[in-house]
Amino acid sequence: MSSLSELYQNVILEHNRSPRNYRPMADADRHAEGHNPLCGDQLTVWIRTKGDVIEDVSFQGSGCAISRASASLMTSAVKGKTRQEAALLFDRFHRLVTGALAPGDAETLGKLAVFSGVSEFPIRVKCASLSWHTLKAALDRGTAQPTI
Amino acid sequence: MTATATAGLDVEQLRKDFPILSQRVRGKPLVYLDNAATSQKPRSVIDAVGRFYSAENANIHRGVHFLSERATGAYEAVRGRIARFLNASSPGEIVFTRGTTEAINLVAQSWGRSTVQPGDEILVTGMEHHSNLVPWQLLASQTGASVRAVPITDSGELDLDAFDRLLTDRTRLLALTYISNALGTINPVRELVARAREHGVVTLVDGAQAAPHLPVDVQALGCDFLAFSGHKVFGPTGVGVLYGREALLERMPPWQGGGDMIETVTLEGSTFARPPARFEAGTPMIAAVIGLGAALDYVGSLGFGPIGAREDELLAYATEQVGDLDGLRLVGTARRKAGVLSFVVDGVHPHDVSAVLDDEGIAVRAGHHCAQPVMRRFGVPATVRASFAFYNTREEIDALARGLRRVRTLFA
Repeated sequence: MSSLSELYQNVILEHNRSPRNYRPMADADRHAEGHNPLCGDQLTVWIRTKGDVIEDVSFQGSGCAISRASASLMTSAVKGKTRQEAALLFDRFHRLVTGALAPGDAETLGKLAVFSGVSEFPIRVKCASLSWHTLKAALDRGTAQPTI
Repeated sequence: MTATATAGLDVEQLRKDFPILSQRVRGKPLVYLDNAATSQKPRSVIDAVGRFYSAENANIHRGVHFLSERATGAYEAVRGRIARFLNASSPGEIVFTRGTTEAINLVAQSWGRSTVQPGDEILVTGMEHHSNLVPWQLLASQTGASVRAVPITDSGELDLDAFDRLLTDRTRLLALTYISNALGTINPVRELVARAREHGVVTLVDGAQAAPHLPVDVQALGCDFLAFSGHKVFGPTGVGVLYGREALLERMPPWQGGGDMIETVTLEGSTFARPPARFEAGTPMIAAVIGLGAALDYVGSLGFGPIGAREDELLAYATEQVGDLDGLRLVGTARRKAGVLSFVVDGVHPHDVSAVLDDEGIAVRAGHHCAQPVMRRFGVPATVRASFAFYNTREEIDALARGLRRVRTLFA
């Protein structure tokens, strides 16, 4: 497989076409904006937490296929997880896309492993990790939304 | 009839002057279509820089020794070469800077801060590169002036009626680009500068995209300042030029202090050298200046007539081959354009387009081109931009069109 088809795996193309959890969230308790000045990508991540658990997560914005598919798969991956589990997943995901993940550890990432091809394209690491950084920002210091 | 014959340049032969063009990228022949970002360098430029460091290196305007005198002579000779290139009245009107960006910042901080008053207006256009917008925003916030922008039409031309309305008694400066880097539009600079001068408005032209494509004559344009960058006109990075009308430069205070820009220095204070030295503090980019001289010699040997004809032909061919592809929309369709083709592909982000083209060995730019207001005007977050130089070929444009078809298939 060429490095390009490693990058644009079918799962990524499919999530780019029909991203999951692509909607604003009226009852979110936190949200954050993510921005990549290099390419003008921007997205918003909304979350609703209950105690330590991310009950619901959604996103909207504009970006390349990698950033959009990554946001889509991120929302599917962290829904129902605790903050600590989400943080651990982000750490592993980041090591995957920067090529620093130990061989064999990719399986622990489930579907997120489709982003392994990103490590061949250092400039796209930011695209793949933008939604994760935004999720982290929302969890750490996200603006509490007024209840509607 | 071949493309080469019609334009009067032997392109196949010329391509051999550019060592970088013969390489393969990702297993394919390099197709370099990112010339508006930076152009490639002919052997003569590379050799001039190499020769300077191998045999001629010394600091300038200082030592009374053979190498220093020779380096000073070579450096000042390029100043004269640039004065001829721009048809300036004298070499004293040529200031070396790091690039267009620094040249514009110099004018903003030296001329601007000593001249612009609260309530004054700085008139720019909606198609400026950030380098001809942000320095004026900074100046406005420092002086209490404001920045107004001439809007652009759907085809990417300046709205000239709006221009006339925006040019008022409060306007102190008109800063506009000769050619838009994001759209390729060639603006009617001479006419707009003339209208501004009727109102007593000082004018600055961003010539970064113009210098590689057409003859730039500052006296014919009638502008007070003009800036361009060496690396876009086949020269080295790290060197640029500010042309300034002598009478204005003479009145402008220093911008940066240091060596080379002084007359006398005591612990109590200093007096300053006359222009252009007043604006060239510190040891400059001597080797890059020497390289720029070689680049202008190279361009001069081809002539802007043949260069322009070649680029017009490439642009027309690309507009036809690429503009007709399904699901592709051109951004910037002005009547007068330089070799820039900006476009978006339906449903595919420009970065993804660029990644697929890159896999075919094709270098284009994807992004906002440091012109975010232009992107906003056309309702797109970014575009793909293919930009041409005289050394590009029809075959390379065919490769671009094939690559774009692959983009459509992959993201269908």
